[in-house]
Amino acid sequence: MNDLTRPELVCPAGTPASLRAAVDAGADAVYCGFQNATNARNFAGLNFTPDELAEGAEYAGQKGAKLLLAINSFPPAGKFDLWRQAVDTGVQTGVDAIIVADMGVADYVRTRWPEQRLHLSVQAGASSAEAIRFYCQEFDIKRVVLPRILTVAEIKAIHDEIPCEIEAFVFGNIGMMAEGRCSLTNYVTGVSTNMDGVCSPAGRVEYKEDTQKNLTTRLGDFTVDCFACGENAGYPTICKGRYLTEDRREPYYAFEEPVSLNLTSLLPDLMKAGVTALKIEGRQRSRAYVKSVVGAFRKAVDDLMAGRPPELTELLNLTEGNKQTEGAFGGKRWR
Amino acid sequence: MSTELNLGPLLFHWPVEQKRDFYFRIADEAEVDTVYLGEVVCGKRAPFFEDQYAEVTKRLTDGGKKVVLSTLSEVMIDKDRQLVSRMVETKGALIEANDASALWHLEGRAHRIGPYVNVYNEKSMAWLAGKGAEHFCLNPELPKSAVLELAQQAQTLGVGVEVQVFGRISLALSARCYHARAHDRVKDNCQFVCEESPDGMELDTVDGDAFLAVNGIQTLSHPYVNLMQEMPEMAQAGVSAFRLSPHDCDMVKVCRLFGGVSSGRLSPDEGIHGLQEAGIAASFCNGFSHGVDGYRWVANS
Amino acid sequence: MSAAMAGNFVHSFLSSRQAQYLPKKLLSPIPLSPLQPLLQRMLKAVVEANPGIFNRLGMHRTKRFLIDPVNMPFVLLLVPDPENLTIKAVRRSENPSHDARIAGTFLILLDMIDGNLDGDALFFSRDLIIEGDTEAVVCLRNAMDDLEGSVADDIAGVLGKPGELTLTALRKIRLYDE
Repeated sequence: MNDLTRPELVCPAGTPASLRAAVDAGADAVYCGFQNATNARNFAGLNFTPDELAEGAEYAGQKGAKLLLAINSFPPAGKFDLWRQAVDTGVQTGVDAIIVADMGVADYVRTRWPEQRLHLSVQAGASSAEAIRFYCQEFDIKRVVLPRILTVAEIKAIHDEIPCEIEAFVFGNIGMMAEGRCSLTNYVTGVSTNMDGVCSPAGRVEYKEDTQKNLTTRLGDFTVDCFACGENAGYPTICKGRYLTEDRREPYYAFEEPVSLNLTSLLPDLMKAGVTALKIEGRQRSRAYVKSVVGAFRKAVDDLMAGRPPELTELLNLTEGNKQTEGAFGGKRWR
Repeated sequence: MSTELNLGPLLFHWPVEQKRDFYFRIADEAEVDTVYLGEVVCGKRAPFFEDQYAEVTKRLTDGGKKVVLSTLSEVMIDKDRQLVSRMVETKGALIEANDASALWHLEGRAHRIGPYVNVYNEKSMAWLAGKGAEHFCLNPELPKSAVLELAQQAQTLGVGVEVQVFGRISLALSARCYHARAHDRVKDNCQFVCEESPDGMELDTVDGDAFLAVNGIQTLSHPYVNLMQEMPEMAQAGVSAFRLSPHDCDMVKVCRLFGGVSSGRLSPDEGIHGLQEAGIAASFCNGFSHGVDGYRWVANS
Repeated sequence: MSAAMAGNFVHSFLSSRQAQYLPKKLLSPIPLSPLQPLLQRMLKAVVEANPGIFNRLGMHRTKRFLIDPVNMPFVLLLVPDPENLTIKAVRRSENPSHDARIAGTFLILLDMIDGNLDGDALFFSRDLIIEGDTEAVVCLRNAMDDLEGSVADDIAGVLGKPGELTLTALRKIRLYDE
């Protein structure tokens, strides 16, 4: 045994089947969203109806897992009612926490439902102790989800200066832009990540494989990448694309290559830094992904808590571009 | 009441002399009401201009301009945090907050909200106004429909609303410096290579289409937003200020053209024509305002 | 075994080693017309067991999906419309018109439908090809991923004993390769 605090494993669910898969694989908490623009994974065929959320809450509750509801997009003027409804439904369903980003939404929850536990979404982009303290003071935030841009040492420093719990991403897609502050999708598709909850909407994505098996990916009217035959592909997002500059006439990954975050080997450091909730990204992924990743992290955390060296299960096959990184968490050289 | 014309903070890393001379010329010649100063993109650049602010501020004030200090948009490391707290503590300064850490420091003080703080709806605006915000520069991705609603709300609250009408649009911020990356460096060892791009480093797609512009940790649109066509409607709805984002072109002329359209001396078409002759090396866009792909240009019918 | 590990074995075509586990019949040129009623029954069994799938499909239920097992001599045309539920086996050479195409080896497609492999991962590794209406494909994938239990079992149930044997054979290939 050791002096580590047992962390909560927070797992994604894009569908009721994924929710059950996550709970069965050992999730301590599952996060999900409604089938509309109120959350940041508003994709076709994904997410929960109010009835499905209620069933999910019951299933999770029976197995001792928490249910967190993401209402973490930014309602544009004139459309606030949809977010209000989402909050009301979530509270009435009895979700354990609502994950918010917009100050108006946070204020609404605090005023209308003063007892409801609130988490601050990564979409709020609170990346310093002062920013986090601001949200804690104003909206009684109980937990902050940190942006994926900080080193472990910086997380430790923040932990010592804030009054709330810290949730950090440990696995999954790693967007390169500060969350909640990216309009790249809207720039080429007219659909806004912040307001509509969609990054690279599939309706504007086009894949084309030529006879040599080169795969061209287009988003809106722009080509974001072209993969040679056999070359691993990534998500059709602008921040994982290849471009040219005046000096670089060969296409290069101007922002980041297709790669996923995997912090398995940093888990003990994160836990020592004061991270009490470990978040797995991927509400848009299949239940096969959820089962594998949650299972692997469940085992790793249990090993660590029991003082055993964690057995690092191979998750490379589930990563974007079949590549993984520790991103900013590993050190400042990443920036 | 006529709509104000304001000059937003300079987003790019220009050599100190160029930047100082730019502001001197603005102070002496440009017809603008408010000038926003301050490094909003990269904390590493800030020390270069630190000892120029007093003189630049004096010259601008002498030229009849109001000066507002804009805080850093992405605050992460200790140096960033100090930069924000020092700026907020500047005696007598009016502050435009660009992230929540600035809001923490500004508690109880009147202040402005910059475009990097997400204010998308009436509720957020009202809540922030209750905390002392008296002027909001809106996020440039907001469609005109939302802008008009917010302008109406602002009048009820008695606060100002500002919309960027010229210049490359900030599309994203990141922890990583893409200028440094393009030169196989990292942020800590960037050697300030962004100084080579006075309007940003242009990114083309593999098809050769002009696409984006990189400015350190910031990603901008390739085309310059130009909302001359939309200005009259916005002014009528209660938008109280228009923001021009500085570029390495004849900004005094740009100010004059936008001032002309704002006051009705020039038609939007005349204004656009004048801008096309001002030596801007990119096309124009206004898609966000129309709720379509932001890079697009929608001609008024 | 984990689904992640299952991703490893994927190759473009069945190897001869794999083929020996498949019933001979499945590899020989198949007359397609007898397949029709069978396919229709399989699809019916799946949607009857999972009526909620149509809600998730939303506006995409009337789209024509071309499911292309690249190492088989036929392709499947699927229209998941409750009003006009259609699945047809067509020779590849006929190139039927469609809104979206999903292509991969027979085993890859089976494993994905079965909920054992992750569609995004298959796309990253280039084992899955998507063309046409990307949103429709993503929607179908998400809707099918919410199907509890094994869709392959539902299908095999329709086929009776031979179906179960085929499925067992296919799963053996999976195990063998891991």
